[in-house]
Amino acid sequence: MKFAVTVTLKKDVLDPQGRVVGQTLKNMGIKNLNQIRQGKFFEIDMNEKDSAKAEGQVKEMCEKLLANQIIENFQIKKAE
Amino acid sequence: MKSSVIVFPGSNCDRDIAVALEKLQFKNSMVWHKETELPKSDLIVVPGGFSYGDYLRSGAIAAKSNILSEVINAGKKGALILGICNGFQILIECGLLQGALLRNSGLKFISKDIFVKVQSNKNKFLKKYEANEILKLNIAHNEGNYFTDKKHLKELEDNDLIPLKYCDEKGNINFKANPNGSINNIAGIFNKNKNILGMMPHPERMADKILSDEDGLGLFLSLMN
Amino acid sequence: MTITKSQIESHGLKTEEYDKIKELLGRDANLLELGIFSAMWNEHCSYKSSKIHLKQLPTKNNIVIQGPGENAGVIDIGDDDAIIFKIESHNHPSFIEPYQGSATGVGGILRDVFTMGARPIALMNSIHFGSPENKKTQHLLSGVVSGIGGYGNSVGIPTVGGETKFNSTYNENILVNAMAIGHANKNKIFYSKAKGINKSVVYVGSKTGRDGIHGATMASAEFDENSEEKKPTVQVGDPFTEKLLLEACLELMKDNSIISIQDMGAAGLTSSSVEMASKGKLGIELNLNKVPCRENNMTPYEMMLSESQERMLIILDDKKEKEAKKIFDKWDLDFVVIGKTTDTNRLVLSFDNEKVADIPIVALSEKAPLYERKWNKPKISKNKTKVKDLKKIKIEDALVKILSSPDHSNKNWITDQYDQVVMCDTIQKSGNDSAVIRIHNKDKAIAISVDSSANYCKADPKSGGKQIVCENWRNLISVGAKPLAITNCLNFGNPEKANVMGEFVECINGIKESCEFLNFPVVSGNVSFYNETNSKSIFPTPVIGGIGIFNNLKKILNMKTKKTGNLIIVLGKTLGHIDQSAFLRENFSIHDGPPPEINLTNEKNNGLAVLKLIKDNLVLSAHDISSGGMLVSLAEMSMASMLGLKIYKPKRLTNSIEYFFAEDQSRYLLEIDKNNLKKIESSLKKNNIFFEVVAEVQNDIFEIEKTFGMKVNELYNCNNQWYHRFNAVN
Repeated sequence: MKFAVTVTLKKDVLDPQGRVVGQTLKNMGIKNLNQIRQGKFFEIDMNEKDSAKAEGQVKEMCEKLLANQIIENFQIKKAE
Repeated sequence: MKSSVIVFPGSNCDRDIAVALEKLQFKNSMVWHKETELPKSDLIVVPGGFSYGDYLRSGAIAAKSNILSEVINAGKKGALILGICNGFQILIECGLLQGALLRNSGLKFISKDIFVKVQSNKNKFLKKYEANEILKLNIAHNEGNYFTDKKHLKELEDNDLIPLKYCDEKGNINFKANPNGSINNIAGIFNKNKNILGMMPHPERMADKILSDEDGLGLFLSLMN
Repeated sequence: MTITKSQIESHGLKTEEYDKIKELLGRDANLLELGIFSAMWNEHCSYKSSKIHLKQLPTKNNIVIQGPGENAGVIDIGDDDAIIFKIESHNHPSFIEPYQGSATGVGGILRDVFTMGARPIALMNSIHFGSPENKKTQHLLSGVVSGIGGYGNSVGIPTVGGETKFNSTYNENILVNAMAIGHANKNKIFYSKAKGINKSVVYVGSKTGRDGIHGATMASAEFDENSEEKKPTVQVGDPFTEKLLLEACLELMKDNSIISIQDMGAAGLTSSSVEMASKGKLGIELNLNKVPCRENNMTPYEMMLSESQERMLIILDDKKEKEAKKIFDKWDLDFVVIGKTTDTNRLVLSFDNEKVADIPIVALSEKAPLYERKWNKPKISKNKTKVKDLKKIKIEDALVKILSSPDHSNKNWITDQYDQVVMCDTIQKSGNDSAVIRIHNKDKAIAISVDSSANYCKADPKSGGKQIVCENWRNLISVGAKPLAITNCLNFGNPEKANVMGEFVECINGIKESCEFLNFPVVSGNVSFYNETNSKSIFPTPVIGGIGIFNNLKKILNMKTKKTGNLIIVLGKTLGHIDQSAFLRENFSIHDGPPPEINLTNEKNNGLAVLKLIKDNLVLSAHDISSGGMLVSLAEMSMASMLGLKIYKPKRLTNSIEYFFAEDQSRYLLEIDKNNLKKIESSLKKNNIFFEVVAEVQNDIFEIEKTFGMKVNELYNCNNQWYHRFNAVN
C-alpha cells in the first residue's frame, strides 16, 4: 500500500532556503512569484492490506522520525 | 600572471585563495557575482565556502549568477579555471564539469587533513608535482561525494582526466582512505580539454609553513608559468 | 484595560514587580508595555539576581579597553590591535530544539562581536549533556554538534575547540555555551550608546517573524479565528544571512557613518532600542509600521518581542544614510529607517497612527529590580577517601577506564564536523591545551581556551570558582601564551533558592580571588539562571573562556612529545589529593569529598616559571595536569605523538595510585632535552619552584617501570572508541 508524505515547515517558521530560492527565481525572470517554501517528500510503500492500520503506521513514522514536530507539519495522502 | 577570484554571497574561502595567489605574485582581482564582465585573467578561481548558504543544492544558485555566464564563455574558449570545494560544486551545476557532488556517505560534514595522489601531472595545474606524488591537503565539506555514470567514468579514467584521487599516507588508493564515498576515490576532475579543474580539497590551506605543510603550493607554482 | 494577575504571572513577573511598574508609569501598563517590561526585567536582560555580585569581579587593568556592559569585552593586544570576545549561553532553546538552539546561540554570539567592529576569527564552545544512559542524550549531542558546525561552517568562522562533558546533573537541562572571538582596530571600536537627537534609527538584516515569542504571554484578545497560524515558533538560524550581515556591517564600519550599533538578541527590538537609548541617556521613538515583517498581520507586541535572528539596529550619521543603504542593498539585506532618537528619555511606539506604548527609558533599565537574594553558605563535604580502603585495582586498568570514559575520550567525532581551518590563520587546532589563531597578516597570535569544573564547584563552590580560573590560565601558559583576560558564562539553577544562590555567590568569590591574584580580569560574560527541572538544579557550572597573547610566532608549543631520549619533568608538587578525581568517579563511582586546594602563590609562580623556561627555549612540549591527574596527562602527551614513555616509579609518595591520579593543581608536564636539565634546575631552584623528573621519551611503549607496560597504539585505541560507539547507527 503506497503513501505520499509531504513534510513542510510550520507556517511561521523561517525558511531560509525558500527565501533564497524564491529570490533567485525572481532574478531569473519570474517576477510574479509571491513565495516559495521548501519541504520534503517521502514515498512510502507498506506491506499491509488494512488501509487504516497502514495509515496509522505512516502517521507514527511521521511523528517519530520523518517530521521534526517542533518546526514541521506533515500531510499523508494515499498514493496509487 | 593575472587571476580573478569570483565572490558570491556566502563565499568564505575567497580571502584565503587571494592570499595564496598574491603570495605567489599573481595580480589578483576579486570579482563580485553581480559584475557582467570579467577582467582579463590568465586564471579564474571559483573559491570554496557556502555560496547562498548551500541552499537548494550546493552551488545551484551561484551557477545562475551573471558572472558565471562570463566564466562559462571563458571556459569554453580555453581559459584556465580552478574550482575548489564549493567552486567545484558550482562548476558542475553550471555544466562546465560533468557529474554530481552528493552528500558525504557518512552523512556528516567532514573537516580534516587527507592525502591525495597526483595521478596525472601532464597538465597546466599539476606540472610542478611528480607523477604519483602524495600530497597532504585539507577538506571541509558536506557534499563532496563525487558521482557520475559509468560512461562518463570510463571517459574520465581512459583520458587521464582524474588528476587527484584520495589515498592513504603511503599512497594506497582504497576504501579506508576515502573520506566521503566518492566513486573511485575521485578528489578532482578535468573537463575534456584539461583547462578546467574542479577539486574538493583546498590547496590554499596547505600553503603556509606557519600553519601547516605546504603541499598545496605546487598547484599555484604550476599555474604561474 | 486592566492587567490581570494571570497575565502578570504568565509574563514571568511578580505582583510586587508589577506594582513597581505601575508606580513608574503612573498608571496601569497596557499589554504591549507589560510585554516590554517582562522582556527587560527578566533575568537574562536585567541581571536582577546577579548584578550585585557580579560587581565584585575585577574588570579593569591596563589592557582592558572595554569591560562588561557592552555587547562584548575588548582588550588591547598592542600595535592598534584589539581582541573582542564573549561567551554566552543558549541552554533552554538547545534542549527544546538542539540543532536550531545551538545554531542560533552561535549566531547570537557572533553578532555580539561583530557589532563592535571586529571581524570574528574563531569560535569555541562548552557543551554539557546528561548521562550517556539517558535516552535523550544521543539525540541532543548529535543535534547540538550539527547545529554548531552547521552555523559556524556556513558563516565561515573556524570552530577551533572547546569542551564536551557528560553528567547526570544535566539530564533535563543541557548547557550550550558559545564563545566568539574577533579582531578589530583598537581605534575603530563601535559601541551601542546612542548619541544625538533626531538621528535616524535604522533596522538592518532579516525580516521580523514570530520566532521565539512565548505563547503564554499572548492574551486571547490577540488571537482571531486563525489562532493556529499565530502560534509561537522556535528561533531558526540563517547563517547565510548572518554572513551577509557580517560583511555589510564591516563594510559600513570602514568609515565613520555609524554612531551606534546594537544587535537584536534576546528580546529583539525591545532590548536593542532600550539599551541604545539608555546608554545614551536619550529617548527613542519607533514607528512599527516600518518594521520589515516576514508574516502578515503582525502585531506591535509580536514585533517588539520577536527573537527573529540576524537583525541589527543602527544609529547613523544622517549624511551617510544613502551610502549606507547602497551597501545593504549590495548584500540584499533590508535597510529601513524605523524611528529616531529624541530628548524625551522615553520609549514611544506608534502603530497605525496611534501611540501604543510610552515608557520612561530608566524604568526599563536603571530602575529594573535589583535583588539581593537570600543565600546559604554551601555545605562542603569533608569526606575524604583513602586509597587503602578501596578495592585493589591495577594502575593500567584504572588508566584505561579513565581514557575510555566519555569525558576523556578523544573528541575527533565532534571536531571533524567543525571547519577549523577556514580563514587560513589557525596555527593550532582543538585537541591541544589551547587553540592558537594568528592575527591576520601579522607576526602575532592569540591563544584561546574554554574550561569548566562542575564537580569541583558542586563540592566546594568557592574553591571550584578559584580553580577554574587557574585551569584556564594554565591552559594558555601551556602553549606558551601570556594570559590576558577572560569572559565567563555562569550556569546555575534557580536563584530564588538560597542554596543555589549560595553556590553562585561563593563561585563568584572564588573567581574574583583568582582573577585578582593573577591579574586576569573579566571583560564580558553572561549569567544563565533557572537551569532546573522539577526543582532539581544543575551543578553550579561557571565556564571560563580565556585569551592569551604571543608576540611572535616562534614559541608556540603543543603537547606532542618530540624526540626519544628527552625527559619529562613535572613542575609543581604532587600531594596525592584524589577526592573529586576522575579516578574515583570512573573506577569507583565515588562523587563525594572536597576538591583539591588552590594555592594561588604557587599557581602564579609556577606559571611564570613555565613561561620563562619557554622564553629561554628550554621546553619542547608542554601539558598542564588537570582532570585524571599526571598519568592521564602523560598518556595524552604520548598519544599526541604516538611516542612512548618510560615513567619512573614515584620517589616520594609511597602510594602510586595517589601519585599518578591525584588532581593537585598548579602542575605542568614539560618535555626537555636531557642536556638542559642542570640549567633548568638552577633556574627553578632560584625561584623556589618544585620540580622532579618523571619520565623519559621512548619508542612505542607507554610504561611505568616495574609496574606495567602497553603499546601506545593500545592507549590510542581505547581513547578513540567511545564517541564512535555511542553515535553508531544500529
